[in-house]
Amino acid sequence: MKLISEKGVQRILMLTAFSAISALLLIALFILSEGLPFIFKYGLKDFLFSSEWQPNLGKFGIFAMIVASLWVTFGAMIVGAPLGVACAFFLSEYVPRYIMRIIKPTIELLAAIPSVVYGFIGVMVLAPIIRDNFGGPGLSLLSASIILGIMILPTIISISIDSILAVPQSYREGSLALGATIWQTITMVTIKASKSGIIASIILGLGRAIGETMAVIMVAGNSVNIPHSALDSVRTLTANIALEMSYATGLHRQALFATGVVLFVVIIILNSIASVAIRKRMVKK
Amino acid sequence: MEIKLSVKNLDAYYGKNKVLKNISIDVPKNKVVAIIGPSGCGKSTFIRCLNRMHEVVGGTINGSILLDNEDLTKTDPVLLRKRVGMVFQKPNPFPSMSIFNNVAAGLRLNGVRNKKQITPIVEKCLKQAALWEEVKNNLNDSGANISGGQQQRLCIARTLAVSPEIILMDEPASALDPISTTKIEDLIFELKKDYTIVIVTHNMQQAARVSDYTAFFYVGELIEYSDTKKMFTSPDKQQTEDYIRGKFG
Repeated sequence: MKLISEKGVQRILMLTAFSAISALLLIALFILSEGLPFIFKYGLKDFLFSSEWQPNLGKFGIFAMIVASLWVTFGAMIVGAPLGVACAFFLSEYVPRYIMRIIKPTIELLAAIPSVVYGFIGVMVLAPIIRDNFGGPGLSLLSASIILGIMILPTIISISIDSILAVPQSYREGSLALGATIWQTITMVTIKASKSGIIASIILGLGRAIGETMAVIMVAGNSVNIPHSALDSVRTLTANIALEMSYATGLHRQALFATGVVLFVVIIILNSIASVAIRKRMVKK
Repeated sequence: MEIKLSVKNLDAYYGKNKVLKNISIDVPKNKVVAIIGPSGCGKSTFIRCLNRMHEVVGGTINGSILLDNEDLTKTDPVLLRKRVGMVFQKPNPFPSMSIFNNVAAGLRLNGVRNKKQITPIVEKCLKQAALWEEVKNNLNDSGANISGGQQQRLCIARTLAVSPEIILMDEPASALDPISTTKIEDLIFELKKDYTIVIVTHNMQQAARVSDYTAFFYVGELIEYSDTKKMFTSPDKQQTEDYIRGKFG
């Protein structure tokens, strides 16, 4: 009797585990089956490297949006990575542990705020400030970068802190006992020992920034063109799918799925790099 | 006899927990003082007070620690740690640095950048730490890839490079094999010509072999402090005798 129930539990758990994996597989299959035929029909080169996106004329080049996505992500990194890593070092090296244990979960709560709220703040507060001080429409590459930079902070800070705290205390003590300041200890010892985890945190943040949709739609302006300055309005790959999917049909709809394929591939590559970096850290310990 | 380090009425705390009670010890120049006692008696805490590493983990102290009549409790810990070096229980060379750079690290911290100045000091310190012959051909190898005993001597060389006046050793040989232990003990004997040494050990034979003076700690109190020979032949206190004879601890 006992054996049977044990096996039953095992089966049920296995089923749930496989359902998670099969969900991923189904999504991948679905996107690929909808998107790949279009790419073959339209031509990969024309699809990726033409910047003419005019669905009513049958032109589906996503180059402008690829550029926009890259710029927005890059901008978010410029804002989020230094801020996040600096914050992680401050909280793990300069602040007493009990304060860090209060602040870290608070920062992680930032990830729980719905992205539409970030977008809302961007539209109501950030965009007007940019418009009034720097010109342009306000809804722009710059505002999207700043909003996304804030949104990826919890990812970067939380994973960076974990990897900094994983550095053995004895390394720090060796450095401090030589008469190094905390800052010298960070630059001489801690940063090198926690490097792979910090890089992984930045790559995961990058993945999040590329994939974010709602907040970007609200603050980026969404016009399809290659940006010439940070104040230009841009449309990212994700925004493009979300904006047009509701009314797209036929070839247009397939083109949006193909856009999804491009995003999917990029994010899978980024996540693989991050997990390799994290695993390398595990092996080293 | 010149007193190098004088500890007066030292109390140490972890939070509200008093772990050292009213410790007073004078450490003479160019001598080795061994701190012995059972686990948890506060001997590690005591030497971590001397370079104020105790405060790094959130501890607090009361009382005074005089180094050449200058109160260490009132100086900048960063400056004081250049004068009071420390070797830890577990060898902790900087893993991302080469053997050379491990020794040079302290010099670079002090703003010495010129390689021509650094190289002879590194060589001298590695020789002093009796490691030079073993590593002179692979100074660029990682400091983490040599044996535990070599790593510990590398840590000693690293400590010597900033030319401290006092070297604190927290059970420096407890993680090492007997041969490496002997090398470290020989080294301590050599080093006391130039430095003043305070060593924590739970190995009483080691204390008897390397030290000139021995202090016996028990539950945060200094029970007895005297000449090592006297300590191990005719201690004043019954408690000390019981510990040395292995009746408890």
